[in-house]
Amino acid sequence: MTRKELLKKKREEMIEENGVIFLDNVTKTYATGTPALNGITLNIHRGEFVFIVGDSGSGKSTLIKLLLRELKASSGNVYVMGHDLARLKHRKIPKFRRNIGVVFQDFRLLNDRNVYENVAFAQRIIETPIKEIRRNVPAILATVGLAGKYKAKTKQLSGGEQQRVALARALVNNPGILLADEPTGNLDPKNSWEIMKLLEEINEAGTTVVVVTHNREIVNAMQKRVIAMKKGVIVSDEEEGGYIDED
Amino acid sequence: MKISTLLYTFKQGFINIFKNKWYSMASVATIAACLFLFGLFYAVLMNFQHIVKNAEEGVSVTVFFEAGTTDERIQEIGEMIDARVEISDLVFVSDDEAWATFASEYYGEDYALGFPENPLEGEDNYEIYLSDVSLQSALVTWLDSIPEVRKINYSELTANTLSGANLLIAYVSLGIIVILLAVSVFLISNTVSIGISVRSEEINIMKYIGATDFFVRAPFVLEGMIIGLIGAAVPLGIIYSLYNYVLNYVVERFTMLSSFLDFISVGEIFSVLAPLSLLLGVGIGFLGSITTVRKHLHV
Repeated sequence: MTRKELLKKKREEMIEENGVIFLDNVTKTYATGTPALNGITLNIHRGEFVFIVGDSGSGKSTLIKLLLRELKASSGNVYVMGHDLARLKHRKIPKFRRNIGVVFQDFRLLNDRNVYENVAFAQRIIETPIKEIRRNVPAILATVGLAGKYKAKTKQLSGGEQQRVALARALVNNPGILLADEPTGNLDPKNSWEIMKLLEEINEAGTTVVVVTHNREIVNAMQKRVIAMKKGVIVSDEEEGGYIDED
Repeated sequence: MKISTLLYTFKQGFINIFKNKWYSMASVATIAACLFLFGLFYAVLMNFQHIVKNAEEGVSVTVFFEAGTTDERIQEIGEMIDARVEISDLVFVSDDEAWATFASEYYGEDYALGFPENPLEGEDNYEIYLSDVSLQSALVTWLDSIPEVRKINYSELTANTLSGANLLIAYVSLGIIVILLAVSVFLISNTVSIGISVRSEEINIMKYIGATDFFVRAPFVLEGMIIGLIGAAVPLGIIYSLYNYVLNYVVERFTMLSSFLDFISVGEIFSVLAPLSLLLGVGIGFLGSITTVRKHLHV
């Protein structure tokens, strides 16, 4: 068995044992000295749909940044898809991030390019052959309901449509995990529900979905696992949970 | 890396230039202004050095011999002088040649016929030309030590002035070139920095999706190099036309000046200036963009 195969096997074992996301007593302290995360331990298993809820300053954004390896934990271990993020070298980060699809509240699309190019961009990065890009991009755009708008500039789209493009871009490379940071934050209720429905379908197809949100109505209605955070610690973690009131 | 990826990054580099046309134009203008000054200074400096060098080559040391020195001994001394490293040229002038030159220059041939004998008889001499006038005094000391040498004609003042001027030009030019380049790099990296900062969001998105540093950096670096190339080509074109125009103007208007000032041809100037400017333009564009993008890559 080659070293590469051995590492892959080790990662698979780690995922089987601890989940696709595993935080072991993780603390993150910024220069100000106050810990943004304080001794977090968390396992998210393959195929789960998880809401992470909490007020501003509860540590949700720091958690997302740790999972994307934008930040390093001050102490404790973070494992994503079996990768030990503390030991991940800078040059290996891009390849690691290709395991994670990510969607933001503000969509973060390349506004000078059309819908097709925004989605194809994610495939170009991993050097997918052009023939496959031409096959994959229309297919994923059809999945998110934008098959007819592939030529449109992103600025011509509604908020809901822009978020669908972001979703298509996040999914086109078949990531193991989809991280959605306030995906409905800029959307009206109708579009919010449509996006959540899409996320549920994506999850049913096998992708682990982690949604950070403030949307009480959606969290309460969907009856999924809910992890509530407050001041950098997990205050509750319930299967089929609901939004916890702050008081 | 796949060819399709390489082509894609090239395409993006070109697209970026047009997409950010105001920033591109500002960058080209900055590089062009700096390299125009550099080129102008280079052309003036090279001509000045050329003129000084010509003047230096015209400075000679003349050695006369004691009466009764045999032709063989004079020839032997000539060989000794010629063997020295600082000598660029050695000319033997017999007394007859010396008189013929003198007479034709100062009296005219008819008047010279009034001298039945050569008044410069016994004035055989060597005209010695040096490759470096600053070594003149060392040569004179050595010549003085030869017993057969009666007199040495030389101008210490000319030699000192010319070697001093040469040294001054070298120091001043080095100083100005360093200042110009430093100012260029500062201005250009600032312009490039502004252009890239505007697009830091785009870089962030690329990094979140999983783009490698190379994939993000390549279009920006290519863009920087193209801007540098254009920024270098524009002043080269202007200097080429301007140089030819000024040269023709001086030659036509100031005939006196052009008879003793020998200017370098535009071809000779550009054989060095063109590749140097293009290299500087591309290099500055490359360095400016690569260092600025690096700041935005830590996402």
